[in-house]
Amino acid sequence: MTVLATYVPRDSPVHRLPAGVKLTGLVLAGLGTVLLGRWWQSLLLLACVAGLYGVARLTWRCLAVQLRAVALLVAAIGVLQIVVAGWERAVVTCGNLLALVALAALVSLTTRTDDLIEVVVRGSGPLRRFGVEPERVGLLVSLGIRSVPVVARLAGEVRDAQLARGAATRPVAFLVPLVVRSLRHADRVGEALIARGVDD
Amino acid sequence: MHTSSNRTRDLALTATFAAFIAVLGLVPAFSPFGFPVPITLQSLGVMVVGAVLGPRRAAAAVLFFLLLVALGLPLLAGGRGGLGVFAGPSAGYLLGFPVAAAVIGALVYRRGAPYQLGHGLVATVIGGIIALYAIGVPVTAWRAGISLPAAMSGSALFLVGDLAKAVLAAVVAGAVHRADPRLLPSRAPVDTSAVPV
Repeated sequence: MTVLATYVPRDSPVHRLPAGVKLTGLVLAGLGTVLLGRWWQSLLLLACVAGLYGVARLTWRCLAVQLRAVALLVAAIGVLQIVVAGWERAVVTCGNLLALVALAALVSLTTRTDDLIEVVVRGSGPLRRFGVEPERVGLLVSLGIRSVPVVARLAGEVRDAQLARGAATRPVAFLVPLVVRSLRHADRVGEALIARGVDD
Repeated sequence: MHTSSNRTRDLALTATFAAFIAVLGLVPAFSPFGFPVPITLQSLGVMVVGAVLGPRRAAAAVLFFLLLVALGLPLLAGGRGGLGVFAGPSAGYLLGFPVAAAVIGALVYRRGAPYQLGHGLVATVIGGIIALYAIGVPVTAWRAGISLPAAMSGSALFLVGDLAKAVLAAVVAGAVHRADPRLLPSRAPVDTSAVPV
């Protein structure tokens, strides 16, 4: 799981904060940015988030990798904003956007996936009356994480079979067997879970 | 209404098809004309899952896929993951994914067996394009601070690609339903997607 996860282990106060606290803070920050309307407020927010990366003892590279995914899009929005609404508005929109993305990424970088799963399982408790069972949510999460490499392997097998038959890699000829094999795999997993008495 | 063993099978289907959507995201994304939102097979996966699993299970699988992304697994197309993606300007499309899958599934399962390509294509366009854009476009407009028409004309760039994906998804769903006829309910007034598998 650690191979897949974005978590970066460090010994820092940010890492030690409970996952629930960090998630709550993120939601509050998200709501709070709606109130920021001045360009210097947005820059201040960005500086604060960058400071938190320092407190978490994460490198600039960590931050850059996280922001790279949205950089192009934010740049396009920035240009559009400058043309349509002026540079101050552009700084506010892009600054708030970047700060929130960076802050959300900070939570992911400093919180182990297991801890987040625990918050999800605990958080799904109140959903019990809607038919959600917290124990099953935990099972589902670990099952889902383990299913990713399995389905990736199935995809590799389908591709190999296609190449062996000399068939071109047409999307339909790839997707249909992949879906059918995934259905069969789910059947087997279901049988195995029932055999282990999961469906009490 | 559901026996517990059906619920366990649905649990396995949910986990497996969340992984299926994730795997489609591993196929490299491409950005036509250097446009900032990459086009991927992931939204194709959402359409296929909707038409194959029906509204309830498909929505669960897609929601669960998003949960795995939120938990920090880099499963989103292009190896992205973590909570950051839900703060970005295209977050509305992510949040629209489960709705799209549910709408497609509801329309396909409502009609029941046998899956008919024309109907399936209409269902896929309604759920995978109209419903998805109806959520994605306003969120982009809000997050990017641009007007609704501006966001709409931006999304028009993806329309051709998404239409092609809808056709592909409908063809794939038809072939899957032919291969596994137990999935769709027989054509009768049925109001649930749960089928004894």
